[in-house]
Amino acid sequence: MSATRLAAAAIRDIQLDGDGRLRHFLDVDGLDSVLLSEILDSAEHLRGVADQQVKKVPLLRGKTVVNLFFENSTRTRTTFELAAKRLSADVLNMNIATSATTKGESLLDTLRNLQAMQCDMFVVRHASSGAAHFIAQHVAPHISVINAGDGWHAHPTQAMLDVFTIRRHKGDFAPLSVAIVGDILHSRVARSQIHALNALGCAEVRVVGPRTLLPRDVESLGVRVFHRMDAGLEGCDVVIMLRLQRERMQGALLPSADEYYNEFGLTAKRLARARPDAIVMHPGPTNRGVEIEAGVADGPQSVILEQVTNGIAVRMAVMSLCMGNAARGAELGA
Amino acid sequence: MSRLTIRGGRLLDPASGRDEIADLHIADGQIAAIGAPPAGFDADEHIEADGLWVAPGLVDLWARLGEPGHEQRGTIASESRAAALGGITTLACAPDTDPVIDETATVELIHHRAAQAGYARVHPIGALTRGLEGRQLAEIATLRAAGCVAMSNADTPIRDTRVLRRAMEYAASFAIPLLVNPKDAFLAEGGCAHEGPVATRLGLPGIPVAAEAVAMAQRLELVAQSGARVHFSRLSSARGVDLLRQAQRDGLPVSGDVAIHNLHFTEADLAGYDALCHVLPPLRSAADRDALREAVADGVLLAICSNHAPLESDAKLAPFPQTEPGISAFDAMLPLLLQLGEEMGWSPLQTLRPATRAPAQLLGLDAGTLAVGGAADVLLIEPRAEWIFSRAAMHSRGRNSPCEGRSLRGRLHRVLLGGRSL
Repeated sequence: MSATRLAAAAIRDIQLDGDGRLRHFLDVDGLDSVLLSEILDSAEHLRGVADQQVKKVPLLRGKTVVNLFFENSTRTRTTFELAAKRLSADVLNMNIATSATTKGESLLDTLRNLQAMQCDMFVVRHASSGAAHFIAQHVAPHISVINAGDGWHAHPTQAMLDVFTIRRHKGDFAPLSVAIVGDILHSRVARSQIHALNALGCAEVRVVGPRTLLPRDVESLGVRVFHRMDAGLEGCDVVIMLRLQRERMQGALLPSADEYYNEFGLTAKRLARARPDAIVMHPGPTNRGVEIEAGVADGPQSVILEQVTNGIAVRMAVMSLCMGNAARGAELGA
Repeated sequence: MSRLTIRGGRLLDPASGRDEIADLHIADGQIAAIGAPPAGFDADEHIEADGLWVAPGLVDLWARLGEPGHEQRGTIASESRAAALGGITTLACAPDTDPVIDETATVELIHHRAAQAGYARVHPIGALTRGLEGRQLAEIATLRAAGCVAMSNADTPIRDTRVLRRAMEYAASFAIPLLVNPKDAFLAEGGCAHEGPVATRLGLPGIPVAAEAVAMAQRLELVAQSGARVHFSRLSSARGVDLLRQAQRDGLPVSGDVAIHNLHFTEADLAGYDALCHVLPPLRSAADRDALREAVADGVLLAICSNHAPLESDAKLAPFPQTEPGISAFDAMLPLLLQLGEEMGWSPLQTLRPATRAPAQLLGLDAGTLAVGGAADVLLIEPRAEWIFSRAAMHSRGRNSPCEGRSLRGRLHRVLLGGRSL
């Protein structure tokens, strides 16, 4: 087995129970299309909840979900909170500044304290790659951990809501060509999207960006690499723009925001390179005039706001699946 | 003192090339004779060594003991004992202590504590620059006179190439070995794993091979100009080995070593974010590991060191990038060395040389050999014993070893330190 396959296999072990069912959701890497489709189908079903008079289902009634955010994120935390509430769970939001918990002991102490309060699910965001994995290794067996973003590594619920949105528009993944544009190096979203799209059988996943923003050996993730925007967008069905963090403008990754926009910004003219029915996606929040033209972000091909709506259904699906499997496991174990 | 005869073992001495079944006689802590006993020699004790290897104690070029400054990780007493019980009877300890080894008082403290403990013979490596800060030279001649066996700036690269040049030239004036871990500070900054497919998949900030190669190329140019003797400490990449091999062909006075775990583990072992494999220099690709093994085989790398770094358990209890790098290596050093020799098809002498005579010679120490008249630091090894490594059974205070559950072949039967059974 190659080094990378081994790495994927080891991660797979911890998020699945003995029967191969999801009990944590840490990473898309290593999950197969059957499991991913189960999440998507469940999300499809739960999407209807928002249209009901009473926007609630009792799947997580009596459960306590803790949003454990070591890194600030209003948007992701809000959608997780809404998802948990629509599943009838009690929700506790904890924003823990990373500066206060740079040491591992305090992270473990935080966990142990919350565990002692008999919480059932941790939704974790952390600046270090592997943090959700680390937490999943150290929680009690009945607790389920959902990764809401760890370092540069993974943001699996974001990737699932993206493929959910793609499936709603395009149906079958097999003929699709998807371009992911921008800062792949620092992007947990891109890594998870690449794994999800490949697992679901996408014909081609492309990454587009300057060499400074692409990780070494990125081809090993199963992508075609483009350094120029026009070639990268040619004939593709889906364009996913990544957010460019302001701090990337410092140092020597990029010369300026202007040059980045000139070379890699998604304008209406550039979008014309893609198929006429191509959809435009962005994990948000968008930097208009940095990575995307305002007219494109708000234009007819954009599905950016729909992604936000879908995010709630997908997170409901993931939470209910994991919690159900964890509870079943705990009962069988007892 | 007592007189002792080790009977019928397979004597292995890489220094002399001796590989034969013979008796070894020890008197007053020294090797008195090999083969026939000296006239009038009457042993108080006999050790039957049928089927055992009788080898010199290992010599380690690079180890951290924790003390002074990090006693929660290990002390000179705890780690020099762990070393000796692991078959390492002589070791050089790194200068990145707190305070760093840049004053004679610290050298004396280490000598004193090691003598008190009475286990492995500990030789401090002096800091090349004060506080390892890379600005002002440390008192190299004074430190040498106090007993430092080599100088090094440890894992802190000297960024200023003019300071680096002067440090190399000054150390060369006093004929003291210079141990250099080649690492470009800028290219390595923030990294915690080999920059390659595994780090890319796991989203870990990488340390590119170029961090090692660029620093080596720069230092080799300074060697070519100054003639200073430089030993590259703990190489990690095939590219680094290539540069060293070429420099040796060009006739430059350079040598190198590699840490034992970099000869067995690779980036693949980081799977699942195993923080026990978080170490500097990082575990690189299988191709790098194989090139390092070949370089030991053909002598481009003359030594294998432990790169021992005991850590308290909390140091590894965090998400991978936030954990402390380091492996507690003393306990697995000898079995991993024997396994390496077996996997490479080396003779026992070939296997032992890079961890005994070669490093001792580099440091100018009278160790790592079974010479008559020398200290009786002798290992009795069961070469074919099979056992499972267990962290719970480690002697080092630091239990941070990635070898848990690994099945190993070859284990220590007994260690004699100055003729005394441990």
